Amino acid sequence: MRATIWGSRGSIASAGPDTVRYGGNTSCVELADGDGTILLLDAGTGLRRAGMHLRDSSVPIHILLTHLHMDHIQGLGFFRPLFEPGRELHVWGPPSTTLDLRARLTRYLSPPLFPVRIRDLDSIVELHDAPSGPWQIGPFTVTAASVVHPGPTLGYRVSAGGATLAYLPDHEPALGGLAGGPAWTSGHDLAAGADLLLHDAQYSDAEYAERVGWGHSSAAHAVAFAEVASVRRLALFHHDPDHDDERLDGLLAEARGIGRGVDVIAGCEDTSFELSGGG
Amino acid sequence: MAQRPVELILARQLASGLAVPVLLVDAQGDTIFFNEPAELIFGLRFDDVDALSLEGRLEILAPLDADGRPLATERLPGIVAVRERRPAHAAFHLHGGDGVRRHVEATAIPLESAGGHVLGALVVLWTTKGAEHAGHP
Repeated sequence: MRATIWGSRGSIASAGPDTVRYGGNTSCVELADGDGTILLLDAGTGLRRAGMHLRDSSVPIHILLTHLHMDHIQGLGFFRPLFEPGRELHVWGPPSTTLDLRARLTRYLSPPLFPVRIRDLDSIVELHDAPSGPWQIGPFTVTAASVVHPGPTLGYRVSAGGATLAYLPDHEPALGGLAGGPAWTSGHDLAAGADLLLHDAQYSDAEYAERVGWGHSSAAHAVAFAEVASVRRLALFHHDPDHDDERLDGLLAEARGIGRGVDVIAGCEDTSFELSGGG
Repeated sequence: MAQRPVELILARQLASGLAVPVLLVDAQGDTIFFNEPAELIFGLRFDDVDALSLEGRLEILAPLDADGRPLATERLPGIVAVRERRPAHAAFHLHGGDGVRRHVEATAIPLESAGGHVLGALVVLWTTKGAEHAGHP
């Protein structure tokens, strides 16, 4: 399984000379495993560049949304395959007891926020509530589960070819406590034993103390969560828009200093990972 | 042990921070958490028992109705909440693990996920002042 990060920034895109190395686009990760099926985790502004890479082909595309905050859906309106006649796309997202996924996405994909409506797109777009149990998309076995973050929010676990990637870009496990062991740790079963975990690491410890309940983690919390879940590698993800490359270098170094038994790496835009069951 | 649903994790965290006695049950009615104020009512420490099956809870606490008869399981508010998916309230007596009989009132609300699944219930308890009796009835 090959994972490519098209966007790793959180909250709002932050392009500029100070964010070149880590990247300025918001959350989007592409997964491929050889048979042609493409999974895209989230549809932040990084989705636009993923679309340039995927345009003019016929491979099935599945977009898995963790939630509907703007930094995770804003790229949808600029995703080239959406405008290709007859192109089939599937969008999966968190279920809600009040409005279906189409109604919730239409709040963005309609005037006055966006000039084109979903029903006017040339492609064939099917919207799905993520099932409560594992399901199969091509070679990928996908599991979605609710995680601690304001509003209905999912994390994803994707396995293929013996390798597992866990994706929890917006997650505040510390709000539910990280000392209660696996049973009482939000997101544990999604991440357990994963070869690669992409996890929210938006804040420093000092910043987190001022933003408890906002739905995000400090880099130290990401490391603690990765240790509880016994993952092999942790990629710090969903970087704060106010953190430039130098600041992120510092947070990465601190996280590496406290991680025991977890390989901590940076979730940088344009980085690809080849995952196999052996790590 | 498999991870609890995130809604129950947050409910436990909420209960942990409240000064009112709170009991958390899962979709089967088994007790999965009670907070420190509830420990005073049950005469038990959560850390000593961890989770309690419904049967185990009935055996230890032996809830009785106003006439001193065992309270039917289906009348327990937490059970009504998860089985009938509605709030429920009841007054009854129970025996704590410390041997003290207490008059208790309980209000339960069902906890449902965004997917519409019943995950459990949050049960708020309180005792009537002066309604504690040492020993058995």
